[in-house]
Amino acid sequence: MTSTPFTTRFKDDDSLFYISIILGLGFIWSMFAAHPTGVSALLYPTLEMHGYMMMFFFLLGILAVVYKVGDGVPKIDQSEYEDGVVKAGVIATTFWGIAGMLVGVIIACQLTWPNIFYFDNLPWTNFGRLRPLHTSAVIFAFGGNALIATSFYVVQRTCRTRLAGGMWPWFVFWGYQLFIILAATGYLAGVTQSKEYAEPEWYVDIWLTIVWVAYLMVFMATLYKRKEPHIYVANWFYLAFIITVAILHLVNNLALPVGAFEAKSYSLFAGVQDAMTQWWYGHNAVGFFLTAGFLAIMYYFIPKRANRPVWSYKLSIVHFWAVIFIYIWAGPHHLHFTALPQWTQTLGMVFSIMLWMPSWGGMINGLMTLSGAWDKLRTDPVLRMLVVSVAFYGMATFEGPLMSVRYVNALSHYTDWTIGHVHSGALGWNGFVTFGALYCLVPWLWKKKELYSLRLVEWHFWLATIGILFYITSMWVSGIMEGLMWRAYTDLGFLEYAFIETVSAKHISYIVRALGGTLFLLGTLIMAYNIRMTIKGRGLAEALDGDVPLAKKPALPAAQPILVGE
Amino acid sequence: MSYDTLAHVIKLGGTVAFFGIFVIAIIYALWPKNKARFDHAASLPLHDSDTPEV
Repeated sequence: MTSTPFTTRFKDDDSLFYISIILGLGFIWSMFAAHPTGVSALLYPTLEMHGYMMMFFFLLGILAVVYKVGDGVPKIDQSEYEDGVVKAGVIATTFWGIAGMLVGVIIACQLTWPNIFYFDNLPWTNFGRLRPLHTSAVIFAFGGNALIATSFYVVQRTCRTRLAGGMWPWFVFWGYQLFIILAATGYLAGVTQSKEYAEPEWYVDIWLTIVWVAYLMVFMATLYKRKEPHIYVANWFYLAFIITVAILHLVNNLALPVGAFEAKSYSLFAGVQDAMTQWWYGHNAVGFFLTAGFLAIMYYFIPKRANRPVWSYKLSIVHFWAVIFIYIWAGPHHLHFTALPQWTQTLGMVFSIMLWMPSWGGMINGLMTLSGAWDKLRTDPVLRMLVVSVAFYGMATFEGPLMSVRYVNALSHYTDWTIGHVHSGALGWNGFVTFGALYCLVPWLWKKKELYSLRLVEWHFWLATIGILFYITSMWVSGIMEGLMWRAYTDLGFLEYAFIETVSAKHISYIVRALGGTLFLLGTLIMAYNIRMTIKGRGLAEALDGDVPLAKKPALPAAQPILVGE
Repeated sequence: MSYDTLAHVIKLGGTVAFFGIFVIAIIYALWPKNKARFDHAASLPLHDSDTPEV
């Protein structure tokens, strides 16, 4: 096996063989997992539910493979791009975006009106279980699908070659959806290892590792067979995102399960080492998932949409390496004033402040790429969305280092300010850059002249922008207010406010926040409708590839020439 | 080798190595000969076609 080179081992034709081995082994394991025998069932949810779910999905996968090879091993056409998996990714991104944001609105309402959303006998509706569902759905399901889909699109175009690995890209896509479903249902059932943004238990982690290694292999093998000699900077960012997330995921999830067929596991780390590992993971999930990966989207879609070259390619290289070398040290700023040694806290703080440079390097590069095309902001709402995302990136990465300063953190930590900060990044930067990329991708992939309606993009843009502003301003107000209330003393040296007083003081802010989130969700629903109508070819979305439906063909003989490409 | 010695070597070596690699990356980015390649690369997204090269 080691004697044959990597590229021939990773052959297109072999892919289904290896995929079916993985699916078969998974099926066998889940058969055992579906019949729990251990005593821990009394203390912790068992694997029964996930066992049956995995049996079902692995069987479905095996049947899909059998169906696929029914007419012989599928031939991969190297003269065409693999766009099917990107299309699937676009739809999955939209679907999970709506799901995740809807859960966000629900939990925002739970915090605002705790009584009307409380169900005594339905533990899975509790805030504690819905909150990780929201965070994972928007970060990993919405964001992750956006990253996988765009990376598969961008790496093919900028390398001018078809995705490598035959059916492996499809394994990555469906395997990742299975990971999302297992993680989400696990949270609702109470299966969690209680590490923020790394809640899935050990067996779901192992499944994600398999999927992620396949993703890395597909990406690297595609880069390896590229026809363009230079590896475009977006691919550097994608590769950094894939590799770093793999390392973070592996180390932070090192754990020992109670049994081979038990859901529960115990982390290999304890105490302050556990906390440090968790926030080394947590902050670099921000740095490499939500920053490096999405900068890759920026570096392809902004130049492409504005039809301008990258403003400074030198700057992109310098800020890429600066991000790589600096981000990885910033984690300790999540643990100010804890048992973590003070020098480590200071280290995290200093590196966080240094991050201003590469972050703003990226922002400047993205914005200045519009030089000579600024007028397009007036007419093209999609480009405006992409550009505003970069502006929010600049804002959020200015605020972040500020909050990492220990004495600012003393006020901001554990308050809603953090929630506001996260959402200015997540909604403004990750959300908008994803929406912009989706609006670009849908007409390109489905070969349409334009989106169904640019007016609806305008509506989406303004609803979402106003929603974000409501969200972050209300969280600034409530965060700084509660931070100040927590530290207020009376003349006699007693704390001035009881905790519950700080909670009730935030009620108005919470209403505004829920309203902001609802507006943002409304914008996403409009986008989903626009995407659906574009795919159907309605409105402005006329077909480009000559396969125009009869009803839409121009009646006059003087037909307009059908444009190909562009 | 005691833990302290090992930690010292790793800290010092890591700092020097990381800084060195970063300096090399900057030199690569600013090297005048690379300008033509970067100018070509900066407009890569604008030149992609509908079909891959075989």
